[in-house]
Amino acid sequence: MLEIAIGIILGCCALGAGCAMIAGIGPGIGEGNAVARACEAIGRQPECKGSVTTTMLMGCAVAETTGLYALVIAILLIFVAPNILVGVLKNALASIPH
Amino acid sequence: MDEKKRARWLDVLYLAMVIVPFILCMALKIATTPASEGITVTGAHVYFIIQMPFAGPAAFSTLPITESQVNSWAVMIALLGLCLYLTNGIRVIPGSRRQVIAELIVEKAQSFVNDNMGERFAAFAPFVAAIMGLSAFSSLSSLLGLYPPTSDLNVVAGWAILVFCLITYYKMKGGFVNYLKGFADPIPVFAPFNVISELATPISMAFRHYGNVLSGVVISTLVAAGLQGLSSLVLGWLPGFLGEIPFLQVGLPAVLSLYFDLFSGCLQAFIFAMLTMLYISNGFPEEAYEARQARKSKAKLA
Repeated sequence: MLEIAIGIILGCCALGAGCAMIAGIGPGIGEGNAVARACEAIGRQPECKGSVTTTMLMGCAVAETTGLYALVIAILLIFVAPNILVGVLKNALASIPH
Repeated sequence: MDEKKRARWLDVLYLAMVIVPFILCMALKIATTPASEGITVTGAHVYFIIQMPFAGPAAFSTLPITESQVNSWAVMIALLGLCLYLTNGIRVIPGSRRQVIAELIVEKAQSFVNDNMGERFAAFAPFVAAIMGLSAFSSLSSLLGLYPPTSDLNVVAGWAILVFCLITYYKMKGGFVNYLKGFADPIPVFAPFNVISELATPISMAFRHYGNVLSGVVISTLVAAGLQGLSSLVLGWLPGFLGEIPFLQVGLPAVLSLYFDLFSGCLQAFIFAMLTMLYISNGFPEEAYEARQARKSKAKLA
């Protein structure tokens, strides 16, 4: 029984990590838009290349933040959460009188 | 002659300060990492644990010294050595190549800060340059095979909290009441959201830097492991050691390292410094500060 429970925990952690990374869509679209507009701007005014690139990189970094939150959650779910949850399960089983 | 000899010895000493810490870190890593570990993704190794002189719960009575602490100290010593080396024997009229490089770095840092923060914050140039150099060199230390300190959340969270303290200090320059009033902007109902967005600043700064470097580490490790498996799948039928050559690992990890270690590391350093400057100079209440100074000088006159 314990094996099945641990298997469910591991599987759900992996599924949750996969679901969390759906958030990667947003920054992808956003950064793509930013870069497209930056290319347009450079095409229109090539002399502004330096400042446009700098501003674009700043904007990309800020837009990336939500994706990175998802990444941190996914990494926690894969590497940290299973240990804690299995520990909780074992403690709970140990505290039940047989 | 004696002066020249002394300068040369100092040069050797400063260059040793740059190189020796990294070599010691690599030696420490090789000595403490078990050989048959394979490819794993872990946090920073704990090298040793110092017992604190007072008793208490385990979180306070022991001080674990981790890989990221040791490596960030190595980076700090190396940066100090580099600065001392570049400024050793500087004169009013530049005589050496390294003085030109040092002046270039200082001028770039000053103009960078002046452009982004304005004249009032010109004194911030050393701080911004230091945080940028520290971050860039920490991320680049992964090129030497070391554990990059910036892929540990504790390190970047420390920097972010430092920056947050600076931001709050400069926001309070316009008076404490003015600072509190800023939370009731535009209407007092928004106060909880303003508090949350205030606290989100250091969190997002830390997570941005940490997540970028960590994602590079995780992806390179996964790609290396995948290529190893793939090449053993292709060559596995060969007898002996021929089947164990990870020939697919040639090339692709280097390209990934170019992006994740070099480009992403330098970009994150730049972004961290840029956000520091923008938050500090945008949070500074210029009008309230001027009014307060005028009031103070008037009170002094009266």
